[in-house]
Amino acid sequence: MSLAAVKATGRLPDLSHVPLVDEVGVKERAARFQTRSIKKASKIEALHMVLSMIDLTTLEGQDTPGKVKQLCQKAIHLHDALPGLPHVAAICVYPTMVGIAKKALGNNGINVASVATAFPSGMAPRQIKLEETRIAVDDGADEIDMVISRGAFLQGEYGFVFDEIAAIKEACGDAHLKVILETGELGTLDRVRRASILAMHAGADFIKTSTGKIQPAATLPVTLVMLQAIRDYFYETGRMVGMKPAGGISSSKLAIHYLVMLRETLGNAWMTPEWYRFGASSLANDVLMQLQKQATGVYQSADYFSKD
Amino acid sequence: MSSDPSKLAFHDGWQYAPAPESTDHVSIDEQYELFIGGDFSKPEEERYFDTINPATEERLSSVALAGSADVDRAVKAARKAYSGAWSKMKAAERGKYIFRIARILQERAREFSVLESLDGGKPIRESRDIDIPLAAAHFFYYAGWADKLEYAFPGRTPKSLGVAGQVIPWNFPLLMASWKIAPALACGNTVVLKPAETTPLTAMRLAEVIREADLPPGVVNIITGAGETGAAIVNHDDVDKVAFTGSTDVGRIIQRSLAGTGKKYTLELGGKAANIIFADAAIDQAVEGIVNGIFFNQGHVCCAGSRLLVQESVAEEVIAKLKDRMETLIVGDPLDKNTDIGAINSAEQLDTIRSYLSIGREEGAEMYQSSCKVPETGYWCRPTIFTGVSQSNRIVQEEIFGPVLAIQTFRTLEEGLTKANNTPYGLSGGVWTDKGAKIFKMTQSIRAGVVWANTFNKFDPTSPFGGYKESGVGREGGLHGLDAYVTLES
Repeated sequence: MSLAAVKATGRLPDLSHVPLVDEVGVKERAARFQTRSIKKASKIEALHMVLSMIDLTTLEGQDTPGKVKQLCQKAIHLHDALPGLPHVAAICVYPTMVGIAKKALGNNGINVASVATAFPSGMAPRQIKLEETRIAVDDGADEIDMVISRGAFLQGEYGFVFDEIAAIKEACGDAHLKVILETGELGTLDRVRRASILAMHAGADFIKTSTGKIQPAATLPVTLVMLQAIRDYFYETGRMVGMKPAGGISSSKLAIHYLVMLRETLGNAWMTPEWYRFGASSLANDVLMQLQKQATGVYQSADYFSKD
Repeated sequence: MSSDPSKLAFHDGWQYAPAPESTDHVSIDEQYELFIGGDFSKPEEERYFDTINPATEERLSSVALAGSADVDRAVKAARKAYSGAWSKMKAAERGKYIFRIARILQERAREFSVLESLDGGKPIRESRDIDIPLAAAHFFYYAGWADKLEYAFPGRTPKSLGVAGQVIPWNFPLLMASWKIAPALACGNTVVLKPAETTPLTAMRLAEVIREADLPPGVVNIITGAGETGAAIVNHDDVDKVAFTGSTDVGRIIQRSLAGTGKKYTLELGGKAANIIFADAAIDQAVEGIVNGIFFNQGHVCCAGSRLLVQESVAEEVIAKLKDRMETLIVGDPLDKNTDIGAINSAEQLDTIRSYLSIGREEGAEMYQSSCKVPETGYWCRPTIFTGVSQSNRIVQEEIFGPVLAIQTFRTLEEGLTKANNTPYGLSGGVWTDKGAKIFKMTQSIRAGVVWANTFNKFDPTSPFGGYKESGVGREGGLHGLDAYVTLES
């Protein structure tokens, strides 16, 4: 998959002009998406789309080369019993596993995404973060998932956070940059919206909700606020930025409602793996189970789907 | 925001497949009779009229047309029930019957939802999630008051009035029936209710529920008919209380005819509510509030936010976002679970709406409609907004009762307030701002019965509802709603 890099505005916007967010209203709107009934052909199409948008993820201290290789096999062969399935968008791993993943994936069109910048806390000096990013890119990472410095952001040091993202973006070279806001640590939806705008102006190709290590991770309301920020940025600059909700999306039904929200907020142009990802580890098997059910009319035991 | 915003596209690519709610669990009779004295009986003149599905224009059933003799029969049955069992019954027993109606409505909610959408054209999502649950909630709420009325009026002794004559509109058929019947029964009155001509089916199903709940015969009588039937109820000598929801024109006629009769009355009439958006509002949620305010129930809502007043500095942004949001509204089959805007209730109402669309354009306003497809048969109106309108335009002054929004801008709070109050109506209003002080200032100054802050079109049985000025007299719902059905002795 080729992702076209686009230049960002490169200056810190006045965040006091970012629209305010009313939490009650956001939750109400998010709940409304869940009343959409997606059936038949549109459901199958959505399930295929979900699979193609997954960043299949393993981010554990106990990860081994063997485990990563297995996950890469899963990425290529999601479920060969069902013909015509797409492959996932990317494998998401720690920097030390990038080389292994790159080799295991070969030329299957699946990207390697590496977390970086002292994931998940981001508590490291900037030189370390830059160096880590360069190493991951040198080892073959197509995408970098960085974390913002939440402490600095919460202290109001927006310039620091902005500069850091811009510097990492530069270190990424041709690799695509996803900026993780870790919304579970930002506390309010107003901050989520401001952080989204800041990250996009600093050069983010994608904005991403969470590391998956902090609760709450991705939720529909948080993702809606970020999608609305992407829309505002698009209105203003004409540049499309991608969205990646990550953590906590493990059922097909919920994933489909994320797609409904995407469609009704940003429209169909965003409904490709180039502009939308799910950060998830167990979602793929649930989608496969649903597709099998659509094909045969019955649910199969979880034992028929490989767990990697 | 730049003057030429990049456009979002909503119509290509992934689409939602039809997701129709099944109708096979709902049976509709070939013909419906009058529900009088606990039984279904033919009208004296044996005249009937058709009720149709506004989404398909197909006939659903024939319904009895009650004449004045039938009205008289119904009032006599109500009087007999009042003097007999009902007024002598222990209040807790009375409450038991009302609870029973509430429970049966909940049990049969799916059936009622489908019927409501078939007969009235409203989307199944709304009948399923709003109309029917709220109708049941009203019965539950007032059932609880039945044996606690002395606590509602401390130091006074509330007494029932007698026979209540009730005439309801077509926009929320079952819900309006529950608003009327539940407090009347809780206070110990009996009822003669006439549903609207175009939406009688859920009321007739409610008659079945009332029978199933085993209410004493004649406590609730439901008779179908047209305007003349309603007039006969209102003007019947033995009716003690009149409750009407409908147009201001008819409300005026009723009020005139009731003058000097000593009958107690409540009137819920039209509205032309202002939804006021300040620059410091949460803009995206406010846009959602505009949509809920005017496109809910095809805009067939007396308290609809049909005028948008938006502060100058954010007007461009609000309108651009509203237009994008309108593109995602799905107009079509009311029974499809994904439909946002259903069918206009009747050909007559569609004509009214269309005439206002012409008036708006003739007045020089700029009309914008979403680009969605609408079915060929049936009565449909795309969501519509008018910009460049003035306070003197008819589309700003008159109630359209359709999915049509008139947008104006204002500069100062005072200007917004003046425009909001510059209307003969006063039913509802909306304020959108992040500032608490501004909310208090505005809600105290808007002359309307209901003012929502940072939300719109929220209803609850515990909350009173009603209008100022030409929007009506009296309150329904909540504690205040009891007052309309009792006389207070000291």
